[in-house]
Amino acid sequence: MFTKILTYIGSKAIKFTQEAGRLFIMFGQTLSWIFKPPVNIRNIFQQMEAIGVNSLPVVIIMGMFTGMVLAIQTYTGFRRFSAENYMGPVVALSITRELGPVLTGLIVAGRAGAAMAAELGTMRVTEQIDALETLATNPIKYLAVPRFLAGFVMLPLLTVVADAVGMIGGYLVAVHVLNANSVIYIRMSTDYLRLNDIYGGLLKACVFGIIISIVSCYKGFYTEGGAEGVGKATTGAVVYSMMLILIANYFMAALLFR
Amino acid sequence: MIDILNLHKSFNNKKVLQGVNLHVERGETMVVIGGSGSGKSVLIKHVIGLLNPDEGSVVVDGVDISHMKENDLNELRKKFGMLFQGAALFDSLTVWENVGFGLMQHTALSKEEIRDKAKSKLEMVGLRGVEDLMPSELSGGMRKRVGLARAIAMDPQIMLYDEPTTGLDPIMADAINDLIIEMKRKLNVTSIIITHDMVSAYKICDRIAMLFEGRILEVGTADEIKKSEDPIVHQFITGSSVGPIKAV
Repeated sequence: MFTKILTYIGSKAIKFTQEAGRLFIMFGQTLSWIFKPPVNIRNIFQQMEAIGVNSLPVVIIMGMFTGMVLAIQTYTGFRRFSAENYMGPVVALSITRELGPVLTGLIVAGRAGAAMAAELGTMRVTEQIDALETLATNPIKYLAVPRFLAGFVMLPLLTVVADAVGMIGGYLVAVHVLNANSVIYIRMSTDYLRLNDIYGGLLKACVFGIIISIVSCYKGFYTEGGAEGVGKATTGAVVYSMMLILIANYFMAALLFR
Repeated sequence: MIDILNLHKSFNNKKVLQGVNLHVERGETMVVIGGSGSGKSVLIKHVIGLLNPDEGSVVVDGVDISHMKENDLNELRKKFGMLFQGAALFDSLTVWENVGFGLMQHTALSKEEIRDKAKSKLEMVGLRGVEDLMPSELSGGMRKRVGLARAIAMDPQIMLYDEPTTGLDPIMADAINDLIIEMKRKLNVTSIIITHDMVSAYKICDRIAMLFEGRILEVGTADEIKKSEDPIVHQFITGSSVGPIKAV
């Protein structure tokens, strides 16, 4: 019994170390291939479209409603000690520092990350990745690098949209539903919001973009076992990306915003 | 041309190849037969460096490719063409982009030139007017032909075929056989073909090698294999469920 438990823990530990190792090797390989010519512009733009442009509607809706609900919640909370005037800065700070980048990251992980892992996983089980290699093309260079670059660039851009839409949503609810004073709302927001808050959020978004693309590519590349394997890889990519985003978010917040 | 020396490979402690030795002459068509799961695909993947052996080596044109650096390996791979079992066409690219993929990646030819070349390769495999279709719009036989066109697009010296006739109707299978023979005649390529389709094997081979339990059991011409007195070879080529190979 006791040895069984030890074996179980041991095998899990080995598997975890193995996966973490492979993930970092993949990250390293991707980085090393970025600067080697030729640059595949077409693939990069295709991925930017898949990750960025196609996520835009969801991100806008998410940002809008998050901003709106934040306004309502801070208003009800702050009214209890007559601090309604501080609603603007609280909404702006929450969105730019936390909710904009994190929710965008989670949404893109669910949307684009899943699609990426499923596509690459299917390519793996149908031998398309092997076919790339036989055509003397490095799969990391051809498949992972464009996705990595697209994630790295598009996540901050999406976050900018989420931030902007979120603050507009907050403003609309505050001014038109909760009857806050428009001038005070904007004035307080701009007074308290610093550029560093926005930059910090965007930096986090860059990291989330890296996490999503690398984890999803990794899961896709190491898919085995047909359709079931593709399903597992897809779920794994979403779950791991989301967990890593939340964990990385805490540590970056601790480093950036103290 | 190709020397496979004492090749060993195992996956998760399961020994798949246990000392394969095989020599393929320049311009020869070597057919490797063997049951499902006997390691045929694993063997062929070693020849083009998709897998690294645990032990032993693969020597192509006097160069050991089993532990080559990736850049050198990719240079060498340009001499190869490989047809995969399911054709493995890139489903995000059109048919002509699939066929011209190698040219796009490794030559400075213009888009039009590559398209023309792809078109002529497609004609070689008997396909016309399909350049702008997506792979998902093709039938199984057409996909295999496109896969073949892609494999020969860079005028390879060595062709590897992974079960070229599996999953095709007998007529389409024979058409693929004819294509393989024609490729050899026109381009004088060295070929390794994996199959368990004996009709096809007899038709296209110069020699046949039987892979069993991770080793090459017997190598010989079609006639020699037909007359083989080895009970395992005999059972396999006659397709009987009774004999030393256990079906279940």
